[in-house]
Amino acid sequence: MSEPPLVEIKDLSFGYSSARQILKNITLDVPRGKLVALMGGSGCGKTTLLRLIGGQVQPSRGYVKVAGETIHQLDQQALYRMRRRMGMLFQFGALFTDMTVFDNIAFQMREHTDLPEQSIRDLVLMKLNAVGLRGAAELMPSELSGGMARRVALARAVALDPMLVMYDEPFAGLDPISLGVVGQLIRRSNDALGATSVVVTHDVQQSLRIVDYVYLMAGGCIVAAGTPDEMRNSSEPTVHQFIHGEADGPVGFHYPAGDFADQLGVTHG
Amino acid sequence: MADSFGAPIGAIGAYTLAAIRRLGQAALFLGQVLRHSGTSVLRPSLTVREIYFAGALSLIIIMVSGLFVGMVLGLQGYETLQTYGSEEKLGVLVALSLVRELGPVVSALLFASRAGSAITAEIGLMKATEQIVAMDMMAINPIARVIAPRFWGGVISMPLLAALFSAMGIFGAYLVGVRLIGVDEGAFWSQMQAAVDFDHDIMNGVIKSIVFGVAISAVATFEGYDAPPTAEGVSRATTRTVVHSSLLVLALDLVLTGFMMRMWGT
Repeated sequence: MSEPPLVEIKDLSFGYSSARQILKNITLDVPRGKLVALMGGSGCGKTTLLRLIGGQVQPSRGYVKVAGETIHQLDQQALYRMRRRMGMLFQFGALFTDMTVFDNIAFQMREHTDLPEQSIRDLVLMKLNAVGLRGAAELMPSELSGGMARRVALARAVALDPMLVMYDEPFAGLDPISLGVVGQLIRRSNDALGATSVVVTHDVQQSLRIVDYVYLMAGGCIVAAGTPDEMRNSSEPTVHQFIHGEADGPVGFHYPAGDFADQLGVTHG
Repeated sequence: MADSFGAPIGAIGAYTLAAIRRLGQAALFLGQVLRHSGTSVLRPSLTVREIYFAGALSLIIIMVSGLFVGMVLGLQGYETLQTYGSEEKLGVLVALSLVRELGPVVSALLFASRAGSAITAEIGLMKATEQIVAMDMMAINPIARVIAPRFWGGVISMPLLAALFSAMGIFGAYLVGVRLIGVDEGAFWSQMQAAVDFDHDIMNGVIKSIVFGVAISAVATFEGYDAPPTAEGVSRATTRTVVHSSLLVLALDLVLTGFMMRMWGT
């Protein structure tokens, strides 16, 4: 029998209110050691799914299991034990603005380990070197460009060599060079750490280049799944529309609204 | 008919319920802060840093205000006392007013606007930029690591600032009363020394300022932690901190003064 997946999600539903369900009956697996992308348009529930994996919100139905443990049944202590083995990259970096880049990366090491300061220094410099920012160690987050901040946040997310790393829109708002760099860093840190990674993104081309498997989400459901090649060659209309970035297709351009002519007060001739 | 009559009453009810619910949330929040205060004690450097930001950086405004309030008290007190020919009591009047009432209350109001608003804005912005949730995802309790040190920093700073305010006020009154107007220096100090009682007067002031410190720090941290993560949310929370904690200080002052007069007959 093959190894069980690291993240196992079954029949998961979630809504901030019962009237508006954000996620509907999601079932998916993230195998160990793989880099899996959750793709979909804005507002389709990708980030919410990450929050459920991290245990920040409770599902209304179904479950998320990480390393065999059901996340929403853990008490605070057990959840914190689990989170020590998770890393998360936030969409806007979420760097601690009152600390230098160095202290940001060292933060978890200082809080969670008894390592002597000399070892912490070496570890932090290694992490920073891996993202090419060893020279920026003493800068404050406000002195970094968007791309640099993302790389620092990346180094911080993997600071404690987590078993599971979650990336929330790691490519949003980056220039083409930073985009490629961040993509390669995500792939490299997954393979070098032997970690498992989940990337939430709507950047199709960049993520298809680096991931092992793709789940495509729309309207709170998984609508397609496959390897990057399968996705590229899919003839399924939703997949085709999303992968090729077409405005029109199964996913409508317009937010649901009444008749436009009526709203403008123009009657149909 | 029933609708037009019922709607405003319903709105009052909803508003009242919301206010009570929020009060309950604040109380639960304060309970959590107290429960997670171990880190602030075990790692005093965290609390010391907040004492610096809330307390040390408020020194200038507190000391300058104290000086001016004391000078005005000196002028006004002299004006009133001299009509009864008892201007040598100026020291007593100034010291008692400051130590028992004006020191704790005015410094608390200044502290709420200077440090309370800063605490709320900082925590609110940390929340808006996902720093709080990032910390939580790193398995580091933000209440223990961010909130509790700020709370205790405020609680510890407040009585020290109030004491400094009173001291500066007495010095200001001395400058105006003795140096400028010419009240007898010996009478000014000796009458003050004889009249001000440590247990009744000074401790009254200290207890008040500790209570105010708890109230302001609790309001400021709660408002920051509870702020909607938007520019407007943080700005409203900051305003609420100043308004609510100032009103709370004045209301608590009335209650505490009444209580202390009854208890100790002072």
